[in-house]
Amino acid sequence: MAKKLLLEKAHVENIRLYDVYRREGGYRSVEKALKEMAPDQVTDEVKKSGLRGRGGAGFPTGMKWSFIAKPEGVPRHLVCNADESEPGTFKDRYLMEFIPHLLIEGLIVSSYALGSNTTYIYIRGEYAWIVDILERAITEAKNNGWLGKNILGTGFDCEIYVHRGAGAYICGEETALIESLEGKRGNPRIKPPFPAVKGVWDRPTVVNNVETLAAVVPIINLGGEEYAKIGIGKSTGTKLISACGNINKPGVYEIDMTISVEEFIFSNEYCGGIANGKRLKACIPGGSSVPILPANLLLKTAKGETRIMNYESLSDGGFAKGSMMGSGGFIVLDEDQCVVRHTYTLARFYRHESCGQCSPCREGTGWLEKILKNIEYGKGKMSDIDLLWHVQKNIEGNTICPLGDAAAWPVAAAVRHFRDEFEWHINNPVECLSRNYGLAHYSDPLQVTTA
Amino acid sequence: MSIPFSEEKLKKFSEIVSRYPEGKQKSALLPVLHLAQEEFGHWLSTDTMDYVASLLKIEPIEVYEVATFYSMYNLKPIGKYMFEVCQTGPCMLCGSDNIIDYIKQKLGINVGETTPDGLFTLKTTECLGACGYAPMMQLGKIYKEHLTKQKVDAIIEECRQTAALNN
Repeated sequence: MAKKLLLEKAHVENIRLYDVYRREGGYRSVEKALKEMAPDQVTDEVKKSGLRGRGGAGFPTGMKWSFIAKPEGVPRHLVCNADESEPGTFKDRYLMEFIPHLLIEGLIVSSYALGSNTTYIYIRGEYAWIVDILERAITEAKNNGWLGKNILGTGFDCEIYVHRGAGAYICGEETALIESLEGKRGNPRIKPPFPAVKGVWDRPTVVNNVETLAAVVPIINLGGEEYAKIGIGKSTGTKLISACGNINKPGVYEIDMTISVEEFIFSNEYCGGIANGKRLKACIPGGSSVPILPANLLLKTAKGETRIMNYESLSDGGFAKGSMMGSGGFIVLDEDQCVVRHTYTLARFYRHESCGQCSPCREGTGWLEKILKNIEYGKGKMSDIDLLWHVQKNIEGNTICPLGDAAAWPVAAAVRHFRDEFEWHINNPVECLSRNYGLAHYSDPLQVTTA
Repeated sequence: MSIPFSEEKLKKFSEIVSRYPEGKQKSALLPVLHLAQEEFGHWLSTDTMDYVASLLKIEPIEVYEVATFYSMYNLKPIGKYMFEVCQTGPCMLCGSDNIIDYIKQKLGINVGETTPDGLFTLKTTECLGACGYAPMMQLGKIYKEHLTKQKVDAIIEECRQTAALNN
């Protein structure tokens, strides 16, 4: 059984309530941090822990915190990114829904470290019922002296507010989130200036993911060095993985980043194998934006090593032969699924979510969707496959924010690994309407094909 | 359902504005638009948006540009119950296409349409963050997950009964 740091108590009855959470040892990290540590010491512990941003990019959290500017007399803000919208990802929702006080606890400690007296949780608008859960937890925390003025008599003041978005994937990008928090359209800003210098209302701002901020609690309780002992290499601590698609046991799992992908998919402790006795065809291991991997490259790296569920191993082989840990949205496709249709739905998603600010993304995502739709519905031409490649290439790296890359990568990987499936659609325009391509050579564990 | 906000909603409005620094009341725009949508018939008319602009002391265009950007603001009237069915990758893998087709057939409407009795609107959405509980849809403030045809039948029936009771 893997070590659990975040979800260990998630199923204690009534853990959503303050009294139960406190009885189970909750809010100890606030006592420890505020009474025994200086703010910079908290940041140092987070640095030592090796914690990396859990939203997708994997940037070291302690380093991000140390960048925050501290001009005299200017308030600073911590903003929690709860705009979880990456297809395949539903871990933050789970954490906030089942153990909301863990997030509030992490936010208080992190606010203390950063000197944020007013902290916001930016939550996606669709999670409307979670807003109620969080606001209740905040009220309880405040009534018990963990929020408000002069917390624990230390002189530190902190308020937390929930800010509800209104349906825009792009607001998960930190500068778009800041724009949205200011009551504007979610158009990402050009960096620099970085939010750590000029963020919300031009004040120094740190934006961190829900899971990242919750992880600060065990880091303070255990100490950064102890936390860093869990995991392998630069993948320290535990990670929440939200597993979905064609598996027996979809859900949110906390792993310690030492288990193999094979174990994660097939063991009963996690996904419980492929649903309905079918075979594994492919998987997107880190949310829809990261490259899809065929079964052969998923379970073993191109070098033939066992692939592990962590940052380094999942990206082993680069984009040609690997993928990314991303947000931990683990999407599994069985042998009956159509890669063309799946890629089409993702392209439609990115077209819908492009903010329209940069032409390569605004126009390119529309092209990707249209071309993929044509191929999926038997109206494709052979030249369309190269056109897809060309369009995605011209989006990648040419936009203000990473949404362009996120739209390009899934298409690139699908064409790279499943080109024969695209060709089959084009050569069999009638048959492709009535059945799927199924497995092909890419399910063969021995063969490794890349563009 | 007519402008302005009730006394109670105005209190809520002031509480929302107080979460943001002095002079940064525009930051309250998204939550206030949610409040307005709840209060004024689940959609935002131009009059409603102009009213919100006057409350926040910003230009109407600042409200329009936001209301048209975010997918949760309805710019046209909708049915009493809006089925927002997710159709993105993970839901598709678990059969959302069949669910959407079934709802279309059952209600006799296409995506984006409202039934003639004004009860149901069908909308497809992109990922709602419930991929492990697919297929799913949003109905008002809650999620309906692990959808099957039988479940859809039961949801429609429940909506009809609730509507009949309230009439």
